[in-house]
Amino acid sequence: MSQPVLSLNNLETRYGQIYALRGINIEVKESEIVALLGANGAGKSTTLKTISSLIQASSGSVIFQGQDITYDQPHAIVEKGVIHVPEGRMIFKELTVKENLELGSFTLQDNVERKKRMKRAFEMFPRLEERQQQMGGFLSGGEQQMLAIARALMTEPKLLLLDEPSMGLAPIIVNNIMDIIRQINKEQGTTILLVEQNAKAALKLAHRGYVLETGEIVMEGNADELSKDESIVKAYLGE
Amino acid sequence: MAENKKKPKLTTPLESIIESLFRFFDNKVYRYTALFAASGFLLILPSLSSRFTQEIMTNLFFYVVVCLGLNIIIGYAGLLHLGYAAFFAVGAYTTGIMSSRFGIDFWLTLPFSVVAAVLAGLAIGFPTLRLRGDYLAIVTLGFGEITRLTIRNLDITGGAVGLIGIQRPVFFGITLNQISHFYYMFFILAILAIFVSYRLHDSRMGRAWEYIREDEDAAAAMGINVTTSRLYAFIIGSSFGAVAGSFFAAKMTAISPDSFMFIHSVMFLMAVVLGGMGKIPGVVLGCIIVVLIPEISRDIGQYRLLIFAFMLLIIMLYRPQGIWPDRPTISAKE
Repeated sequence: MSQPVLSLNNLETRYGQIYALRGINIEVKESEIVALLGANGAGKSTTLKTISSLIQASSGSVIFQGQDITYDQPHAIVEKGVIHVPEGRMIFKELTVKENLELGSFTLQDNVERKKRMKRAFEMFPRLEERQQQMGGFLSGGEQQMLAIARALMTEPKLLLLDEPSMGLAPIIVNNIMDIIRQINKEQGTTILLVEQNAKAALKLAHRGYVLETGEIVMEGNADELSKDESIVKAYLGE
Repeated sequence: MAENKKKPKLTTPLESIIESLFRFFDNKVYRYTALFAASGFLLILPSLSSRFTQEIMTNLFFYVVVCLGLNIIIGYAGLLHLGYAAFFAVGAYTTGIMSSRFGIDFWLTLPFSVVAAVLAGLAIGFPTLRLRGDYLAIVTLGFGEITRLTIRNLDITGGAVGLIGIQRPVFFGITLNQISHFYYMFFILAILAIFVSYRLHDSRMGRAWEYIREDEDAAAAMGINVTTSRLYAFIIGSSFGAVAGSFFAAKMTAISPDSFMFIHSVMFLMAVVLGGMGKIPGVVLGCIIVVLIPEISRDIGQYRLLIFAFMLLIIMLYRPQGIWPDRPTISAKE
């Protein structure tokens, strides 16, 4: 097997005295979609934030393409090709859709390339093109999520970290978003680490999955194995 | 969502008057005509008016420079700074000390004043990198007071008495000693400050500040270097203040710690917030209100401050985003 794109080794993160991650090991290989499952407070979002350095790890390491990025600054990590779409989408509500996308290409100095990527984003998300002059806050929840993903793609990331893309969306929109994620992975070969509470949708999409419980990995395996596992079905999928 | 698509309602008559006025100025022809007329008027004003008027107008230009500097920190980068008078003091005292103690020419002191401002900007910027909002405000407030008290207690700054005998600048053989000279000097400075502010607003740095102001974490997650952007805001903002301080020292020829009290920081802040954070015409308008209204209403004696305060309350109650804000805000935040 080839070298993993991302590997977390014994990663520990604390909020003050409280451990959010108690030494987790995760590997994500090239062009894979990996789902990170678990209940509220299991440490899923903390894992992503630690990877993108929005929170500092207290010990352990984050290796991206053979480089240790554990203690890099967030912007340096973006420049290396890891991009984080935070929970709650974090789009700029008072900026227009277009301005939001421009922010996505902030690390880029080349205007021609920026226009090209913008065009591609609009091809992928025609809804955003229609609404490019509207303020982000006026978009629907699904459209905001699309905008957040489109904005992240403006950097042409190698690794995309998605935090709860289905949160607060109607089931039909969730399917829509999941299709888009699959499409990104297939067409551009982008490696994706996906955090989800909606385990059913996530496992349909992902190749492999990890299950987190109070800061520890309690299970890992292929997506279809996990979706058949009884304890998972009980805990996260519902009957 | 559907209910969000409604335009923000114009509730008060005050707001609708203001809005229609600004829509008028959105038209480029009207705007440039008005700007042209205003600058023309300001250019010939000294020959038409009394020394008193010129003095107030000079003060107004001075406020424009200082407040545009503060606007970079507060309006562009969204960092609440309550000790801005300290930056202004750093510039004034750098020029003051070099000029009165060592007899160095005014123009030569300017670069030093900027260097001192950069150092002061870093001094307040570095330790506060992690602080946001109210916490940052408290530290900057302390910074302002520390600076003033330090100045008050050092020998080289002349202690509580301050510095006297700061030399007048010489400009192409003319010693600037008339109020009309300073009127034009500050007029040019204000124009420069406005120009630089516009360029900064449209620069990559300006964009980065805008994103950080809206959401620091999202900005960082998008690859913006939050650390250096914040430091630049402090450095550039403090440089504006320091240059204004240098010219202030040269105009007054004497400075004392009393010129850099907390109340001055508050007045600068008030002009920025009142006019509209981040919007250059808004800040200028804020300066006009803060400087001119107390002067115009001088005839009514001691009540003028009461009326002034009352006006501020009304504006903040009915237009909390400032009279001329950067962009319309979405009323219902999710």
